[in-house]
Amino acid sequence: MSRYNFAYLDEQTKRMIRRAILKAVAIPGYQVPFGSREMPLSYGWGTGGVQVTASVIGPDDVLKVIDQGADDTTNAVSIRRFFERTAGVRTTTRTTQATLIQSRHRIPETPLAPGQILVLQVPIPEPLRWLEPREAETRKMHALEEYGAMHVRLYEDITRHGKVAQTYEYPVIVDGRYLMRPSPIPKWDNPKLDRNPALLLFGAGREKRIYAVPPHTSVRSLDFEDHPFEVERWDRPCALCGASDSYLDEIVVDDKGGRMFVCSDTDFCAQQQGRREDGEP
Amino acid sequence: MSDAGERPLLRVRGLTRFYGSRVGCLDIGFDLWPGEVLGLVGESGSGKTTVLDCLSGRRAASAGRAEYAARDGAIVDVLRMAEAPRRRLLRAEWGVVHQNPRDGLRMTVTAGANVGERLMDLGARHYGAIRGQAIDWLDQVEIARDRIDDAPESFSGGMLQRLQIARNLVIRPRLVLMDEPTGSLDVSVQARLLDLLRGLVAELNLSAIVVTHDLAVARLLAHRLVVIKSGEAVETGLTDQVLDDPQHPYTLLLVSSVLHP
Repeated sequence: MSRYNFAYLDEQTKRMIRRAILKAVAIPGYQVPFGSREMPLSYGWGTGGVQVTASVIGPDDVLKVIDQGADDTTNAVSIRRFFERTAGVRTTTRTTQATLIQSRHRIPETPLAPGQILVLQVPIPEPLRWLEPREAETRKMHALEEYGAMHVRLYEDITRHGKVAQTYEYPVIVDGRYLMRPSPIPKWDNPKLDRNPALLLFGAGREKRIYAVPPHTSVRSLDFEDHPFEVERWDRPCALCGASDSYLDEIVVDDKGGRMFVCSDTDFCAQQQGRREDGEP
Repeated sequence: MSDAGERPLLRVRGLTRFYGSRVGCLDIGFDLWPGEVLGLVGESGSGKTTVLDCLSGRRAASAGRAEYAARDGAIVDVLRMAEAPRRRLLRAEWGVVHQNPRDGLRMTVTAGANVGERLMDLGARHYGAIRGQAIDWLDQVEIARDRIDDAPESFSGGMLQRLQIARNLVIRPRLVLMDEPTGSLDVSVQARLLDLLRGLVAELNLSAIVVTHDLAVARLLAHRLVVIKSGEAVETGLTDQVLDDPQHPYTLLLVSSVLHP
């Protein structure tokens, strides 16, 4: 413990990242460059998220870490243990008890509360990247709010597939201004971005960008008037807790084609199961 | 006569562009009136395209003014505008037709999306309406409707150029800049395209600046001509007048160089 500075990063770096976060909060959806550091985990495993978390965490915080909705997968366990060891903070798997949540690719099903911070790990922050490879040009497009090309992509989807085929990292407009790539969360989670009472921070370590959606900010998923934005639907509830209002993962259970659909959010699923056993007959 | 008719749509004065110490174009000036097609003619390297590029913002002018009467009535100098309003103006009121249609199209998305993009740039958000207009414009430029969901990669050179024209005209531009619109096409395809362009220009009352080295194209499309040599305008006048009674030796040379089969 004493071999590390609190939360691993040195104080100068934390200040630099906090300045980037403040700027990101001041300009919702705008990608702020920052001096991303080498972290003791490889790119793609959440280096951006870890640096943001390390910069905002305090000794009184209670940390929850999610990996694709689950608290018990390798990435979640490792990052949780990392902060236990370097910051000595309390950790939890309960969404309601956490003050700070770092997440890979999901927003918890349990609604977030004012005062909570959700940190999302981002592999590629630039929503226009596959339309325009030049960084100088995409920055200009953001500056001049030239987002017609993004709609061309949706138009092409509808033309080819009859609907918008994008199911994750579905592009959004933040606060009526900046086009944002909401990290690869499933589009099921997009409505939760809109006017969320918690602070949402996005960190991309390899690409060295931080962006934010401040509490109660409008976030609109792109769509057409005659093809409105829709989220995924399943024709059955969660096989474990019976919830019909959560994002389901398909799990292969044997080698004979057997499969079940269960909540991706393990904490939410556990709460639902507990509630069923507790009370309601 | 309406207000717009009393003032040129575009007034260019002293337009100059240097490439280092070399002259791209020098002290070019002309007025373009609403509904008029102006031809810039001259041989390769004379500076025609430089003039067009300065107007469309692809290159910065070294000196000069280009006062444009915008739709809202404001007079703006397009050579000195900030980038954001200039790009907005270009999106909303101008069209640019490139010599090579690949420069003006997105080759990897469908023809419908190519035409629709200009509408979506301006905020159109109704898929059905965008598609309806795209079909309309494919009809107007004589591309079969059932090609709407094909990628331009599968189109012939003439079709590509017609698609590029549809993509530019769909927003009902007030000014179209064309750089050798028929340059890369064989003669029969060229003739059909010219026919189409003439029809559209008359029907939509388009104002356009057409750069061409081909005097036959200039005679068919342009009402007035500016003859450019080594970056300078050497002769200006009505198309028939310039071509039938050339005054400047260079114009004389150009006219007498045309081959007759």
